Amino acid sequence: MCGIAGSLQIDGGPVDRERLRQMIGAIRYRGPDDAGIYSHGPIGLAHARLRIIDLVGGRQPMLIEQDALAITFNGEIFNYIELRNELIAKGHRFTSSSDTEVLLHLYQEEGERCVERLNGQWAFAIWDAPRQRLFLSRDRFGVRPLYYTRMDGEFLFASEIKALLTCPQVPCALDLIGLDQLFTFWATIPPRTVFRGINQLPPGCSMIVQDGHITITPYWTLDLTGQIEHGGATDSQLAEELFELLQDATKIRLRADVPVGAYLSGGIDSTVVAALARKSVGDRIRTFSVTFESNDIDESRFQHEASAFLGTSHTSIRCRHEDIVGVFSDVIWHTEQPILRTAPAPLYLLSRLAHDSGFKVVLTGEGADELFGGYDIFKEAKIRQFWGRRPASRWRPLLLKRLYPYLPNIQRQSLEYLKHFFHVTPQALSGPFFSHLPRWELTAKTKQFFSESTQAELAEADAMSSLLRDLPSSYATWSLFTKAEFLESRYLLPGYILSSQGDRVAMAHAVEGRYPFLDHRVATFAARLPASLKMKVLDQKYLLKQAVKGLIPEAIRTRTKQPYRAPDGISFFGGHDEFVGDLLSSQRIKQDGVFNPRATDALVQKFRSGRETSVKDNMALTGILSTTVLLDRFMHGRNALSAPASQERHTPF
Amino acid sequence: MLQTIRKFVIDNYLFGEEGKLGDEDSFMETGIIDSTGILELVRFLETTYGIKVTDEELIPDNLDSVSKIASFILMKQSVSSQTAQEHSFRSSGEPRP
Repeated sequence: MCGIAGSLQIDGGPVDRERLRQMIGAIRYRGPDDAGIYSHGPIGLAHARLRIIDLVGGRQPMLIEQDALAITFNGEIFNYIELRNELIAKGHRFTSSSDTEVLLHLYQEEGERCVERLNGQWAFAIWDAPRQRLFLSRDRFGVRPLYYTRMDGEFLFASEIKALLTCPQVPCALDLIGLDQLFTFWATIPPRTVFRGINQLPPGCSMIVQDGHITITPYWTLDLTGQIEHGGATDSQLAEELFELLQDATKIRLRADVPVGAYLSGGIDSTVVAALARKSVGDRIRTFSVTFESNDIDESRFQHEASAFLGTSHTSIRCRHEDIVGVFSDVIWHTEQPILRTAPAPLYLLSRLAHDSGFKVVLTGEGADELFGGYDIFKEAKIRQFWGRRPASRWRPLLLKRLYPYLPNIQRQSLEYLKHFFHVTPQALSGPFFSHLPRWELTAKTKQFFSESTQAELAEADAMSSLLRDLPSSYATWSLFTKAEFLESRYLLPGYILSSQGDRVAMAHAVEGRYPFLDHRVATFAARLPASLKMKVLDQKYLLKQAVKGLIPEAIRTRTKQPYRAPDGISFFGGHDEFVGDLLSSQRIKQDGVFNPRATDALVQKFRSGRETSVKDNMALTGILSTTVLLDRFMHGRNALSAPASQERHTPF
Repeated sequence: MLQTIRKFVIDNYLFGEEGKLGDEDSFMETGIIDSTGILELVRFLETTYGIKVTDEELIPDNLDSVSKIASFILMKQSVSSQTAQEHSFRSSGEPRP
């Protein structure tokens, strides 16, 4: 796992090596083991390496065919061994045993379509010298990040935005439309980011930069249109097939020349992954987890149970309120976008624990909830739909209360309030975003803290209409369940779960996450399953639970889903007020101009007084705080971005 | 009373933006109170006015605007004082009025 950066002079002029050095220097923490730069004429590629496969031979940027092809690559191709054998049979010769070289030869053999053959997680750029073409690609689910911008006859790309911002010509300003989307969906709609003029390559897309033109082409989408019965197979046959797929997905994700550990949350998904890894390795594995002080959100009991059952060597880290405050600013430096929950902070501490324990690679359970029907939002939508068919029913809405035992506000609400907040009307039922409207409308209420000037500038902005335009044409014909799955896996998964809670906080400590559930074979299998096998009546992840019987402890397999949560607003008060007092002072908020200083102050006072706060209040506080940190560290602290780069190897080409 | 309720709503849901609240404005229609904010309101009413709001009373008819809340409080207080009077009459053995 690594960091990449590069520059292409559209006008054909020579690339500035010093610029490449600064770009890669800004993200050296992604790859502290080695660094290299390649430049030739208009192209420059830079690489910061975290050595995982072929520790000696896998140095980058890598070139083949007398420099005809050059690559800078962040990620892993898990099926590289099979691809390598295939390419050798076709006459290709290899000088290393790295997956990077396989990727280059595969491109040489199959051109841009090579990405369809890859099983992995990647962001890479290949310079095709004979064609004077730069080919970039990002993996199917967006596990690995890839940003780009174009200015003054130059195309720039990098793993992280801060690398692009080392170039003084790249503007560093908040994109308010991006901010508006994030304060609705928790993520922006790709290619938009919260930085004006800086884009991200959408997941599942490739990009060609040639003759001054940029072309983006999707090579893969999660095809949910064909949800069908699997050829008359029984549930147990399908469960068996799923088990085998997961077993292989995990096995190839253990390919590494360094030890591979696993995160254990105490839930089904990470326990399944750790169990499958244990089976493949045939030996004791190392597991890591984060624990909390509050019993409401702490899952230590289940983590210990999983660890004892699987016989793992387990280490955990306790995340206290002051720890969240202590790392919050650095977390935002890495997420490069505001967050509305503090949940990335404990994961930042967890990756530090893995790193300090000597681990560069961890397996985790992300993706299972999106693909196999695990999220409460799917269940909520199903209950609301059921209720909406008979709106006068007095007992149907009670199912919603059973869904959220941990939300006291929902527990006490009357039918009228539930009906209002959960949109159970015939019109709402036929709307395109029925499943997600309650969540998005609640989140969007945080925009009441936007300043008058921000609101004026966003007067024409409409996040949901923008999303509507981004949907595939067949979306309208899909079932409610399929639509909900799509919205989760297409937007929240890459834009928040795999980014702010994933790559960014793990790579902050040079730790690579690997996700067996996001193996595209597993995802394709899941996409073809009928909804009834993902949620049987109201039993979430039904088929997955059938598939893993006996593999994990029964108490974990059958436990009620507990969403991963971290202490939010409360972390910043009660003895740790200084951080907020400084960042959210009226003077600072007024100076930044994004939020309303009086409303922000009233919100801070509400928290400080110890009065009860709502979910919206917590999202607003975390959102304002993280946006202010972002402005502070990126916009106001821009000079620090261009700090002298650390020493790196200069590729002698 | 109207002023106290208004102040609570402005401080806690509108965060100081007082120009936006009329006494008859529906909290639901204007989006002033979201699904997670109702219990804050109930706790405030219970503490400030010494009443107990039952689950059955948690309905928009009682709580959906400043004036509805005020009427609800007055109703609760009058019921409660009646009950207290009844209780006091009974315990002193005096005949009921």
